[in-house]
Amino acid sequence: MRAFDYTRPASIEEAVAAWTPGAAYLGGGTNLVDLMKTGAMGPAKLIDLTCLPGLDAIEVKGDGSTRIGALVRNSDLAHNRDFAARFPMVAEAILAGASAQLRNAATVGGNLVQHTRCPFFQDGISACNRRDPGIGCDAIGGDTGSMAVLGWSQSCIATHPSDFAVPLAALDAVIEIAGPNGSREVPMAEFHRLPGDTPEKETALEPGEIVTAIRLPAEAAAFAAHSRYLKLRERTSFAFALVSAAAALVIEDGRIAAARLALGAVAAKPWRVAGAEALMVGEPPSPELFARAATAAMEGAMPSGDNAHKIELARRTAARALARAAAGTPAEMPALPASVFGDPAHA
Amino acid sequence: MSHSISLTVNGARHDVTLEDARVTLLDLLRERLQMPGTKKGCDRGQCGACTVLVDGRRVNSCLTLAVTVDDSDIVTIEGLAEGDSLHPVQTAFIEHDGFQCGYCTPGQIMSAVGLIAEGHAGDDLERIREGMSGNICRCSAYKGIAEAVQDAARRMAADEERKSA
Amino acid sequence: MPDPIPMPTRFGSSGQPVTRRDGVAKVTGAATFAADNHPNGLLHAVYVPATIARGRVVSMDVAAARAHPGVVEVYTPDNSLKLAGDPDAKPFMFAFRMHVLQTDRIAYANQPIALVVAETIEAANEGARLLAPVYEAETPRVTLDDAEGYKPEAAGFGAAETVHGDVEAGHAAAAKSVDLTYETPSQYHNAMETHAVVAEWDGDRLTLDLPNQAIVMSKAAYGYYFGIPPQNVLIRSPYLGGGFGSKAMSHAPVMLAIAAARAIGRPVKLMLRRDQMFGPVGHRGATRQHIRIGIDGDARMTVLDHHSLSATSTFDDFIEPAANASQGLYDAGALRSSHTGVRLDVGTPGPMRAPGEASGSAVLECAMDEMAEAAGMDPLEFRLKNYAETEPGTGKPYSSKALRECYAQGAEHFGWAGRPLEAGTMRDEAGMLVGWGMGTALFHAPMFAAEARATLRPDGTGLVETGAADMGQGAWTALAQIAADALGLPLDKVEFRAGTSDLPDGGVAGGSGHTATAGGALHSAGMDAIARLAEIATADPASPLHGAGNATIVARDGRLVVEGDEERGEDFATIIARAGGEAVVGTGGASRPPEAGAAHAMYAHGAVFAEVKVDPELYQMRVTRLVGAFAAGRIINPKLAESQLYGGMIWGLSFALHEEARHDRRTGRIVNGDLAGYHVPVNADVTGFDVITVHEDDPYVNALGIKGVGEIGITGTVGAIANAIRHATGTRVRRFPIRIEDLLAGG
Repeated sequence: MRAFDYTRPASIEEAVAAWTPGAAYLGGGTNLVDLMKTGAMGPAKLIDLTCLPGLDAIEVKGDGSTRIGALVRNSDLAHNRDFAARFPMVAEAILAGASAQLRNAATVGGNLVQHTRCPFFQDGISACNRRDPGIGCDAIGGDTGSMAVLGWSQSCIATHPSDFAVPLAALDAVIEIAGPNGSREVPMAEFHRLPGDTPEKETALEPGEIVTAIRLPAEAAAFAAHSRYLKLRERTSFAFALVSAAAALVIEDGRIAAARLALGAVAAKPWRVAGAEALMVGEPPSPELFARAATAAMEGAMPSGDNAHKIELARRTAARALARAAAGTPAEMPALPASVFGDPAHA
Repeated sequence: MSHSISLTVNGARHDVTLEDARVTLLDLLRERLQMPGTKKGCDRGQCGACTVLVDGRRVNSCLTLAVTVDDSDIVTIEGLAEGDSLHPVQTAFIEHDGFQCGYCTPGQIMSAVGLIAEGHAGDDLERIREGMSGNICRCSAYKGIAEAVQDAARRMAADEERKSA
Repeated sequence: MPDPIPMPTRFGSSGQPVTRRDGVAKVTGAATFAADNHPNGLLHAVYVPATIARGRVVSMDVAAARAHPGVVEVYTPDNSLKLAGDPDAKPFMFAFRMHVLQTDRIAYANQPIALVVAETIEAANEGARLLAPVYEAETPRVTLDDAEGYKPEAAGFGAAETVHGDVEAGHAAAAKSVDLTYETPSQYHNAMETHAVVAEWDGDRLTLDLPNQAIVMSKAAYGYYFGIPPQNVLIRSPYLGGGFGSKAMSHAPVMLAIAAARAIGRPVKLMLRRDQMFGPVGHRGATRQHIRIGIDGDARMTVLDHHSLSATSTFDDFIEPAANASQGLYDAGALRSSHTGVRLDVGTPGPMRAPGEASGSAVLECAMDEMAEAAGMDPLEFRLKNYAETEPGTGKPYSSKALRECYAQGAEHFGWAGRPLEAGTMRDEAGMLVGWGMGTALFHAPMFAAEARATLRPDGTGLVETGAADMGQGAWTALAQIAADALGLPLDKVEFRAGTSDLPDGGVAGGSGHTATAGGALHSAGMDAIARLAEIATADPASPLHGAGNATIVARDGRLVVEGDEERGEDFATIIARAGGEAVVGTGGASRPPEAGAAHAMYAHGAVFAEVKVDPELYQMRVTRLVGAFAAGRIINPKLAESQLYGGMIWGLSFALHEEARHDRRTGRIVNGDLAGYHVPVNADVTGFDVITVHEDDPYVNALGIKGVGEIGITGTVGAIANAIRHATGTRVRRFPIRIEDLLAGG
């Protein structure tokens, strides 16, 4: 690990003022410290945000929106009863990710800005355009089982690893940002970026900017009765998604009044297709409908290597997540959150 | 650049001057405070062997920079028993043979103490297994571990009830 | 037939599910593992791993590393640490060739190419990173197709080829047959404690805190490499944080740390990072196995013909002896096990828990299922049809074999009866595909050589000593139980010293033979001490035992008594006090006489039954029940033995569904060389496991009737799970681990 300076500002203003090129903001550290150990990242200065005041609350605002301070720990959000009741698939997604220890440390802001788990990025050795723009991408032609099937480019085929981000995208979350040029908001759909020619720009954050809060709009709570996260993985727990899906429905009089669907681990950002959602509206829920929606959501998918199976698995996962959502949010969090196992009949 | 921090470990106050901000809580405990009970298994948050309680919460000490735990209250495996009297989780691990080589055990036990305190798993074995999945045991004593945690959770709940009665 | 070895007449603590004697130490953090030691003046060493698999190092930025604050010394091939012994020689058993900076050539990814020593871990790690080696890379050979095969001299520690009967005739006689190719990947031990050492020199005396599975034997190895007498080496290994076969031999990074400690004159600690575990410390080599089974019209096997193409390194040989797993189990008319080696740019493989048996049994048990299916038979019925009453090929009687009982008890407990033959027909209430599969477990019951000392102290308590190693199997407890029985003392009156190299040689903790061997030595030493005490007592006119025939005297609860007249006796302390108060010391050893091995085939057996559930569309898999019934001779401590068997079965689960090191074809690097990428089971993967220990008396295997339980649990289990997945889904996957995408492709 490179040696670094460490500073712990007492306010957002101080934090932003402390930023200099080459500095990095530190939250729970579960991703950044790891990447510093592998050598994938080597900030000259760490600006510890964890003592900033006012960023650790979960509040319901006057307009019905819910604001989650960026320093709220993942586990605290997932286990907040009111929050989990309003946004069950967000809680389920968080609890399906990482381990209890990591969720206890990781902040929700950090979860959003975490880096890809692409091994060619993480190892600090391979050619990676995210780490060293223009140097090339060793993931292409390498071990591609976990790589993207949507939105990738010749400069990067990595996926975003977050579970939490997937339902946030489905629910039109808004990201609140503070920075050298003041505060601003970015819709979730625009927060994570597809690689294009500039994979090093992973998010909409400009240099020196900090995520200060995540806001879920009032209408997002309307899906509480029918929303699920489903995560396919190679062991029962403590594994990144092979593919995942967040599905949320409003069902009125036997017909779908509103639908949301986002897929995880298929692209450099949570993947949402408006058309896939629109085609469900007004229809009665059915396996055929959900299969059509899932197919629409995966339209344009292309293997980035030896990973064509992810396309079919993502379709099926999306359709199943929709079916689960239609069946209704379970009264209590499943013992194995977001798992194919442990839920009642599905087939 | 040196950093002075002050932290409580197993009830004892430690004032530490770190000449190097790179030191993790794990290496601080093991190499500087001479408390090697907490183990290094992967050093990357992937195995749970280094689990300790920071302000009552179980975390991976390998991914926690020591400079960030200034003013924190740390509990490690060395601080769990009260004298010769083992913590109920420790007793249950012995009774259920919840370990073999013993290397992941400090992390397993601290994780179990954290899990029980969190209160989301109760004595439900499937929830315990899920909640303990951040702690890898290569000897694969998982059955004994899950049963030990269940047993300890029950005993601790019964003790609580007795106390409050 | 020679007379059976007489059984010990009575066991006190043996057979009891005693909790671990090291339990309190392990749950309080007091158990000291190698890297927990911190002598004064300690330096930290980090080895620099090659990031290509083939080529050479052109340059390294040694100046940058040296300039990093805290870095004390940097060693590269230009200023390498010379060993006294030749690291390219193989002068003793378990010696593997090592890369200790004697060359700039790179033979595998993660090969040590430098060592950085610093005042702190942080400085050592950063110094290592700053070396930023520049390579001249060559195309690496990392898959089984990348190089030509060769005929190896040995497979593992056994024969490269074994033939019984007329194999071609067996093929010709087959009415039906299967001809199958399966692949198993390279797997890495990944004990939770990475390899570590704290090395401290005092002149030409060397003290090593080192996890070691062969503590006393290793003294000679370190003595050889460092040019000092073996007695100058003290190895302290009270606890190993898992071994699984990887900690019996010397490895390059540890050698470098020891050499650096000598060169610098300060103690040095080195602990491998997790990613560094993938290369220089052994692994289970990849295999491609070709297996052919033929049956006659009555479903009796006419031939079992098993070949393994096994990977090894370019500079040393360890051929995963997978095909040898087909010896000893099924009554085939002809049997052939053969191996071909292939040299790849990988670290040298080595013994990893059930070496050969694990990967070979996986394939054998799948092939048996495929044959049963082709014959239209229930898999268990087919195995029973080909049950061997004597060892196939040799015709030797088994020293004991309760496999039939294992099948029966396992099947009964599992509820095997009524299993539909057809695949893909069972579903649970949630719509999951359900499949049942089974496999036979088999493992040798070896003995090595060990020595022990037993002392009866003047206060009547016992002290027993042997350099045994506890890597989790429970040596601290089970061996003490054996010793206590031999001394006729309750367990709490016996002090047991083990885990250091200044004790009598406890042998190797491996091959599932440690309890039998070290236990045998302790038993023998204990009996010797009792015989000596009896001699004193019977010769002493003041003793009530005076004049009693020595042979009639037995030890019971701290007293010597006349068997059958237990009122006539005297406690140890009194006998010793009257004799002048000198402790009575007995010694003993254990090994298997060659004639015993020639007379009987000796194996532990078992039957494993698996239930899996598989999502019918998404194909995520979960083992929901796993029942293993094992017959392994005398069980000294059921609690610990069951833990070993559960552990083995979970390794089987891991083999079937999780473990696989994947190489980048371009660099040869392992791309998933960490615990997030190299999956092993987590707690949530383990549900519905049950172990049954089937009673088995074995008068021939050794004095104690012990067969060992450390490895057998993997065998049988891999096949059982793979067969259950086939039964659930109708898809037969012939590569391990079985992945979601394999079932998707098959569905």
